[in-house]
Amino acid sequence: MAEVTHVDGAHDAHHEHHKPSFWSKYVFSTDHKMIALQYMFTGMAMALIGGYFAYVFRMQLAFPGASIPFFGTLSPAAYNSLVTNHGTIMIFWVAMPVLIAAMGNFLIPLMIGCDDMVFPRVNRLSYQIFLLSAIILIISFFVPGGGFGGAWTAYPPLSAKAEFNATPFGAPMWLIAVTLEIVAFLLGGINFITTVMNARAKGMRMYDIPIIVWMIVIASILFMCSVGPLIAGAVMLLFDQTLGTGFFDGTAGGDPVLWQHLFWFFGHPEVYVVLLPAMGIVGEITCTFARKKLFAYKLILYSTIGLGILSFFVWAHHQFISGVDPRAAYLFTTTTLLISIPVAIVLFAYIATLYGGSIRFTTAMLFALAFTGEFLLGGVTGIWLGSSGVDVYLHDTYFVLAHFHYTFVPIAIIATFAAVYYWYPKMFGRKMNETWGKIHFWGTIVSFNGIFIPLFILGAGGQHRRIYNFQHYPDLAGADMQDMRVFATLSLIVMLAFQVIFIVNFFVSLKRGEKVGNNPWKANTLEWVATSPAPHGNFGATMPEVYRGPYEFSVEGREEDYWPQNEKPSES
Amino acid sequence: MFDFLDRFMPGILEMLLPRASEYALQIDVLFDIITILVGFWFVLVLGYFFYLIFRYRYRPGLKAEYITGETHRQKQAIEIPHLLILACDVLIIVPTFLVWYNVKIDIPPAEEEVRIVGQQWAWTFHHAGKDGVLGTPDDIVSVNELHLKKDRQYTYHLESRDVMHSFSVPVFRLKQDAVPGRVISGHFKPILSGEWDVQCAEMCGIAHGIMAARVFIETEEEHNTWLAANTPVGSSDEYVATNDSKNSEVKEDRNNG
Repeated sequence: MAEVTHVDGAHDAHHEHHKPSFWSKYVFSTDHKMIALQYMFTGMAMALIGGYFAYVFRMQLAFPGASIPFFGTLSPAAYNSLVTNHGTIMIFWVAMPVLIAAMGNFLIPLMIGCDDMVFPRVNRLSYQIFLLSAIILIISFFVPGGGFGGAWTAYPPLSAKAEFNATPFGAPMWLIAVTLEIVAFLLGGINFITTVMNARAKGMRMYDIPIIVWMIVIASILFMCSVGPLIAGAVMLLFDQTLGTGFFDGTAGGDPVLWQHLFWFFGHPEVYVVLLPAMGIVGEITCTFARKKLFAYKLILYSTIGLGILSFFVWAHHQFISGVDPRAAYLFTTTTLLISIPVAIVLFAYIATLYGGSIRFTTAMLFALAFTGEFLLGGVTGIWLGSSGVDVYLHDTYFVLAHFHYTFVPIAIIATFAAVYYWYPKMFGRKMNETWGKIHFWGTIVSFNGIFIPLFILGAGGQHRRIYNFQHYPDLAGADMQDMRVFATLSLIVMLAFQVIFIVNFFVSLKRGEKVGNNPWKANTLEWVATSPAPHGNFGATMPEVYRGPYEFSVEGREEDYWPQNEKPSES
Repeated sequence: MFDFLDRFMPGILEMLLPRASEYALQIDVLFDIITILVGFWFVLVLGYFFYLIFRYRYRPGLKAEYITGETHRQKQAIEIPHLLILACDVLIIVPTFLVWYNVKIDIPPAEEEVRIVGQQWAWTFHHAGKDGVLGTPDDIVSVNELHLKKDRQYTYHLESRDVMHSFSVPVFRLKQDAVPGRVISGHFKPILSGEWDVQCAEMCGIAHGIMAARVFIETEEEHNTWLAANTPVGSSDEYVATNDSKNSEVKEDRNNG
């Protein structure tokens, strides 16, 4: 304890000596909370770009060839570039920074009760590399030839040669941006794991760690283990693009299918890398607002570890029909269907947590509940696709597209909103407006389903992805199918419109939101011990000590229905 | 087995798109099996989820229960459903393997052959001519038009000249990627006359979105009429000239044949 106080004392001294300037406070800060906010705002800005791209290409699909308001007419090359970069941005520059980096950075030190990450400067470097990668990606839209348009999976030979993809600058810039982004998250991941293992508050045992912290640690481990092959592949692909090597060129002794293995060996665990923090967020919020202990904490933890291990053995389900030996499908179908079990266990545990609860429908809770319900649909539709026999038909159709949007939208959008509404008081010392929050919630959820349910039907009807204009296909040009496309597009516009409410609510609440105390939701975890907003160094002079697990809600025989982790047990 | 099961299935995919190949029925039945098994659990779990949300909503004075979920009895609430899911997984895996074997692994003896070449951004189809043998001077080559005889067992040989393409015929429920440098063979048996879409299902560059072709399923006579109306590729030398010079292995096969 003495040591901790000493570290904290150093912080105080630091504050007295020089008041931080604007640059050192907001731009070159090493404070984990400021870095978290930098990641969050960058991620939100990128989400606006990704959402705008979705608007443009959905308009083209609904009204082919028409001039699109706020864009103009869309060429096939620009269409390809928009779909490619929509996917890339939403995964690498929205889901990753917001869920892993922003949530991990903000919550880990606060929740485990330490003053900062153990490597604060590595942390700052991580954000700077990330920002550089985002800037490179954005510049790549404006270079001669335009942004890369070979799909976010970047399969060679299309991605490897400018003569095929016609984006001589866009393709390598895209690849460099993705690679740098991944380097940034490797640095962040090292920090997360080291901090959680070494800097926990006194008394916090492994099973006292909040589930979201575990989820972020497991996600970081998954990321580190899966990313090596992708970086190797990315460097080889960059050489193919710029130096004329032939790693992925069949005519030069390489193999284009090799890239698919390297990409998906990373790409599938990557899904769980963003899923796990989202699940953690939902677990925390569900417990707090159901006033319930998390159901079967250890089972969730071990299922998640099992899920992580299994996720390394499913990658080729993306390649059933890609020309790999068809017998491989037996193995990968089996592993893919088996992975439904750990995911289902975690979701069942969350649902079971509601049993016997006293559920408060705050905006954060509504979003958390919506995650569970919507992700359930995203999860189960994976079974059709994991079954190789059906995947022959459904592969690369809108059924796949609708399936993974039912996983990624709950992950990257719904869970993120839940987190923002829930931790906003800790970030800024005020609450967001609940009435506008609920309007935002219902608008977002209803319109989200309005986008993707028609797309399931279109996909089952044989409509393929990444096609610029379905009017060229007589079987797909029917009025009923076009009506569904229009409906999906209008739903998207509604969904985007409701995000304006969120943005206004977010910024107005900064100044005019209801001021709150340290623990507005009456939650148990340590971040609610710090003042709102938490100062540099987090906990002031005395670091918290932990006496119990994070979810001791509604314990029998206690007056209050919550029991903070740091509250000293009464002497008896 | 699948024919028998089909009688009890809702036939969801067939409502959206006809079945024009022999194995389309199997894939449709498998789709229905999964829909029933997964749909049942999905509705049940979601229904229970909404029930809990309603049943345990906050009311003044109501205190939540303290349930750890760590006792054996409580864990059963998760263990039993998860064993049932495992059982359903097995019920899905077995027919999946059968369908996959029939569609992708077991290639029945060919009655007809067709060569399919994808390139940026067109499909080229090589049909056997009057002699019924692929790779002879009387072959008919067409762009973006695939002419097939109904009720004949076909083996296709799929190639690509430049980048990845994917040969997809939704009414056949068939899809196969074309990989440059390789010849990938598979099979189908058209069973429904008519004219249907062929799509490219793998992003292949700027005009990927309009790399459309049509498949025509015809009777023997109609097919012969079409053959007669088209000019064969001619002598072996000219034939080679119209083909991809990169694919030397394939070219050699044709010359020998």
